[in-house]
Amino acid sequence: MRRLLLALVLIVSALPAFAVRPDEILKDPALEARARALSVELRCLVCQSQSIDDSDATIAHDLRVLVRERLVAGDSDDQIKSFLVDRYGEYVLLKPRLTWHTIVLWGAAPTLLVIGGVLSFGLFRRRRAALPATSLTRDEEARVEALLAREE
Amino acid sequence: MIVELGHYALVLALILALAGGTLPFWGALRGDERLMTIASTTSIAQFVFVAMSFGALTYAYVVSDFSVQNVVENSHTLKPLLYKISGVWGNHEGSMLLWALILVLFGGLVALFSDNLPLKLKALVLAVQSWISAAFLLFILVASNPFLRLNPAPFQGRDLNPVLQDVGLAIHPPLLYLGYVGCSISFAFAIAALIDGRIDAAWARWVRPWTLAAWCFLTLGIAMGSYWAYYELGWGGWWFWDPVENASFMPWLAATALLHSAIVMEKREALKIWTILLAILTFSLSLLGTFLVRSGVLTSVHAFATDPTRGIFILCILCVFIGGAFSLFAARAGTLSQGGLFAPISREGALVLNNLLLTAACATVLVGTLYPLALEAITGEKISVGAPFFDMTFGPMMVPLLIAVPFGPMLAWKRGDIVAAGQRLLFAFGAAMAVMIVGLALMGTPSALALFGVALAVWLMVGALSEIAFRIKLGRASLAESWRRGAGLPRSAWGTMVAHFGVGVTVLGVIGATAWQSETIASLKPGQSMTIDGRTLTMDGFVPISGGTFTGTGVRFSVREGGNLVAVLEPEKRIYTVQNMPTTESAIKTFGFSQLYVSVGDIAADGSTVVRVYWKTLVALIWLGSLIMTAGGVLSLSDRRLRVGAPKPARRSLAIPAE
Repeated sequence: MRRLLLALVLIVSALPAFAVRPDEILKDPALEARARALSVELRCLVCQSQSIDDSDATIAHDLRVLVRERLVAGDSDDQIKSFLVDRYGEYVLLKPRLTWHTIVLWGAAPTLLVIGGVLSFGLFRRRRAALPATSLTRDEEARVEALLAREE
Repeated sequence: MIVELGHYALVLALILALAGGTLPFWGALRGDERLMTIASTTSIAQFVFVAMSFGALTYAYVVSDFSVQNVVENSHTLKPLLYKISGVWGNHEGSMLLWALILVLFGGLVALFSDNLPLKLKALVLAVQSWISAAFLLFILVASNPFLRLNPAPFQGRDLNPVLQDVGLAIHPPLLYLGYVGCSISFAFAIAALIDGRIDAAWARWVRPWTLAAWCFLTLGIAMGSYWAYYELGWGGWWFWDPVENASFMPWLAATALLHSAIVMEKREALKIWTILLAILTFSLSLLGTFLVRSGVLTSVHAFATDPTRGIFILCILCVFIGGAFSLFAARAGTLSQGGLFAPISREGALVLNNLLLTAACATVLVGTLYPLALEAITGEKISVGAPFFDMTFGPMMVPLLIAVPFGPMLAWKRGDIVAAGQRLLFAFGAAMAVMIVGLALMGTPSALALFGVALAVWLMVGALSEIAFRIKLGRASLAESWRRGAGLPRSAWGTMVAHFGVGVTVLGVIGATAWQSETIASLKPGQSMTIDGRTLTMDGFVPISGGTFTGTGVRFSVREGGNLVAVLEPEKRIYTVQNMPTTESAIKTFGFSQLYVSVGDIAADGSTVVRVYWKTLVALIWLGSLIMTAGGVLSLSDRRLRVGAPKPARRSLAIPAE
């Protein structure tokens, strides 16, 4: 089953997903909207990278109900997340919190962007004389010129 | 017998790959022309033998030869012929064979259509390509042989995973592999150039068509896969940031960057080292993707550790090729001469910005995909990196890139005039602003972010059109003059316009489907109705369905708009009897570029069924835009100066003295 799954390059899970059921939906639209927004950030623990909002697994259903219970009880979004992390570990969050062990994860892209920016800026600063490509034979140079000339 | 022939053909292909990897290479180093010319023959022969091998496996599937283990595990006599054939690559072994087939196909194409390449470069390129195919053919023969026999043979097969029994499987993997594996050619060119120690504008010109072709296939493959997931999975998502998706998206980002940097190298001989590095990176990401998808490491680091044979094998291939390539790069990069100089505000500068942002975005996806694996392997701690992370990190990097896109083609080489470019884009800017202001007036500030996205899409589309309008002097010269100029523009300029326009279309689709989607969930019994976005869906009743290896129930809905029947939709609930697996088949009706998407849950004894209905605003534009991007690529590919293997008047024009 797992092997078959891997044959697919884009399908996420073999089971047809059918998430939020009508009986789960909260009466208060504002609370329900918060519940949906939270669900998108919580992982269905038995699925392959699906949020509980997308999955019809039993645990996803249980977590959706749990999230809604906490919301009705008046918890804030962060309180609910902390509550779930205490129970299931960081694994439940699809967007990891910034801690010492996720610093590389969060910092990698901005760092690379800055380094890349500095490097490409250096590209313009270096005022080295452009060397002609001398490695071409006369014959090849002529062909390159001819090719380049044709497209203008 | 045919199966054994297929197996044997694969062994022969391996031997040919070993010969093709060594003899021409040796010949290139010694300057022996006879050895170098072998490369073409071995490359074409490799393709012939792998194609025979692939044909043999396909034959075993078509006739349902259940003495072959691979066929037993993935096929069934009652399966429709199309799925019997696509089932060949619907499993690990078969898909690796498809991978190898496409690898040698590209080698064969280079051998056939690159008469204008210097003999030495061609020999080296094909030798590198042969090394890669030797490694993968060895992997197939040793660790994932699809030709293993089973004795005694069972009477029936175990059927293919129901989710894969779809026309999507017939199209998506071959397209994706054509793109994925096609990147091997630019890699081979890069390695050959490093070995040869010569890289010039001509090199970029030879590499570009292959990269462009691979990019077109990759774009189509990813878009097709996205649409497949959208209609098959039943909850209307079209991109999930799943590691398996990321595995195909990273090479796409890198290939897009490569495509653009190769332009700079071709026109201005600048960014040589970077272009070579990108060519290596792009294929490295393809290899990495293959490792991620094929080794089982994604399921869990521990699953990988319990059956590591295949994973370790691919990891070794990965290390040898990527490690080797980077070592060679480190050793040789310094010897490459630097090309032309340019100011920050110039066409080159814009392309550098494109490369910077695309590479950083690619790195974000890479880190996000690998980080959980690395963390778990090192500390044993499990974290998840999912869609919310990527939306937050990848998204912001795309915004400046997309804003910059229309500027690029408007700037001159070497030193551009940003003010002049801005003036030419004034109309596009005005159009984007108008959309934003009108939108804000109609929908209010809560939609500001989405409206910004729409304005960005308009900016991209109108910006692309403005570039062509400027170049053909539309409105500033007579129509006949503009027409003449338009006809005279190189196809690659039209290709750029079309592809950039396509990016805008996709952005519009993404914004529309994300910001203005509506969703209704209800439990209905036959005769009851629900409404979504002014349309009423009435559940008419149940229809029994059956086909091939499944039975099930279709649920019929009539869709009415203001009392008029506009569509009849029939989503299905299927049970695949062999694997006893339920699936849902959504039903989709397209209105303009938006779609009404219906899927149903389990049907209770009293006939009540959970129904999920989505209104997906402009969602079709996501894939339409990808098609337009691909069309742009194809248009650019048809540019005469890039046409590979076409009869060329090069000899005649040799007489023209160099300037």
